[in-house]
Amino acid sequence: MLRIRNLRSGYGSLEVIKGISLHVERGEIVALIGANGAGKSSLLASIVGLLPPWGGSIVLDGREIFGIPAWRCVSHGVVLVPEGRQLFPDLSVRDNLVVGGYRNKDRNLDIDQVLERFPRLRERSAQMAGTLSGGEQQMLAIARALVARPRLLLLDEPSMGLAPLIVKDVFAIIRGLRDLGTTVFLVEQNAVMALAAADRGYVLETGEVVMEGRGADLMTNPDVKCAYLGKASKEIWE
Amino acid sequence: MVGLSQVLQYIMSGVTVGSIYAIVAIGFNIIYGTTGIINFAQGEFVMLGGMIAVTLASFMPLPVAVAGAVLLVMLCSGALEIFIFRRLRRPSLLQMIIITIGLSIVIQEVALHIWDEKVRSLPYFTGNECSSVRLLGAGLSPQVFWVLGTVGVTVTVLHGFLRYTIIGKAMRACASNVSAAQLAGINVANMRTLAFMVSGALGALGGCVISPITMTQYDMGTSLAIKGFAAAILGGLGNHMAAVPAGLLVGLAESVSVYFLPAAYKDAMAFAILLLVLFVRPHGLFGAPEVGTSSREF
Ligand SMILES: Nc1ncnc2c1ncn2[C@@H]1O[C@H](COP(=O)(O)OP(=O)(O)OP(=O)(O)O)[C@@H](O)[C@H]1O
Ligand SMILES: [Mg+2]
Repeated sequence: MLRIRNLRSGYGSLEVIKGISLHVERGEIVALIGANGAGKSSLLASIVGLLPPWGGSIVLDGREIFGIPAWRCVSHGVVLVPEGRQLFPDLSVRDNLVVGGYRNKDRNLDIDQVLERFPRLRERSAQMAGTLSGGEQQMLAIARALVARPRLLLLDEPSMGLAPLIVKDVFAIIRGLRDLGTTVFLVEQNAVMALAAADRGYVLETGEVVMEGRGADLMTNPDVKCAYLGKASKEIWE
Repeated sequence: MVGLSQVLQYIMSGVTVGSIYAIVAIGFNIIYGTTGIINFAQGEFVMLGGMIAVTLASFMPLPVAVAGAVLLVMLCSGALEIFIFRRLRRPSLLQMIIITIGLSIVIQEVALHIWDEKVRSLPYFTGNECSSVRLLGAGLSPQVFWVLGTVGVTVTVLHGFLRYTIIGKAMRACASNVSAAQLAGINVANMRTLAFMVSGALGALGGCVISPITMTQYDMGTSLAIKGFAAAILGGLGNHMAAVPAGLLVGLAESVSVYFLPAAYKDAMAFAILLLVLFVRPHGLFGAPEVGTSSREF
């Protein structure tokens, strides 16, 4: 569905994405893990056009979307849930969803459906988004993206800053998206949760993919274990 | 002793000019909110609205002239955004301020060439300069009610637009978080043009209704911009509706000051209020400190 070849991108003269190639197939959950500053967010920003890419190709369902302006991405079915939620804090929860469905003619129908799936948001639909708790904000960020009816959902660190119990909820939602027919490309520092939820995974180091494989395989890979999962991971997982 | 009728006269004249300050302040807010630009050429929209309407009114009925002036200024301000502001790549706030001040000077010069320095005015919308409506013993020009009515309706319509329509919500979204707005599929550049157009139309309409009372001259924009800016700051920059009470307050302060202070101090009132607010409540009289900065976790 998404096929990225030799993508390069950066800020000013600083290259932070150094020729990345990866692919995501329809119906998959694919995780990309990497340390702070590896370039995970920059990669997603380059895919959606928030950060103009330098070179390479990004093909979505056979169509080149390299270098399109960010606001056109939604119309191609690609929606990013950015790092740090990036809600509209002074708009109500419902209006955040309405704006999320800006390009969706049936937005009201989809908003009702989404609120069905997120009862916590329905209870708070008139509340200003900026006054939600962190977990609720993450739910809203995902819900807002869903109202745009994405075929491919890009998630940037959905577990960031959340308590373990809430992280579990968030990942349950992500796994549930597959049943809706949404393909998910997920970027995480929380490697355990991400790889456990994913069909396949990539490991990113300073702007380059250094490893790829099935989620379960990567989780048992000694290098990955050492670098990203840490000793405690086994206990967390059990 | 001041009679009730005299107090009412002061209040009504304060509220009338104040409502125009409010219009200018809302114009500031709309452009600032969506684009981050503080547009000091805002007062020129008011001047252009009045001037164009006066010219058009010489060969067409008044309502058509007013509508035509509003439309023309709206197109002009949209063009300003497309041909000037859209072409600037990440300018600093200071650059922006200098550009808009420069723009206001250029527009004034052009207006001076087209219309010379003569003071003009539109005819009264109803009645003439002698007719007056008696209210609690005070004689008020019917134009006062035209101003208040027009401003009231406009502000209400604008409020409804921003609050209840999808385009209005998208505009607020751009003001709230630009990159998230883009990710939702909003063409932010077009929203900015729209903000300029709305702002220009608003100013022009204000310029038309106030013209019979305060007259229209090529250089009237400067003081309007300053007073409107004072009102915008007073209400909290970016806070659309708070600009209304703030504008009225500046107008009232001005007109009441004439009673206590020499008339020469009248124009200083807006500055005094502006400074006071900047010292005491920098986020405005009605503005709450950013809601968005709260980052509470579970
Ligand atoms: N706006 C920017 N201007 C210049 N350099 C930037 C900018 N944003 C990111 N960088 C640099 O690009 C590199 C990759 O950053 P990026 O945010 O993509 O990393 P990340 O993998 O998402 O990290 P994290 O896990 O902390 O979110 C970093 O070295 C960072 O300093
Ligand atoms: Mg990141």
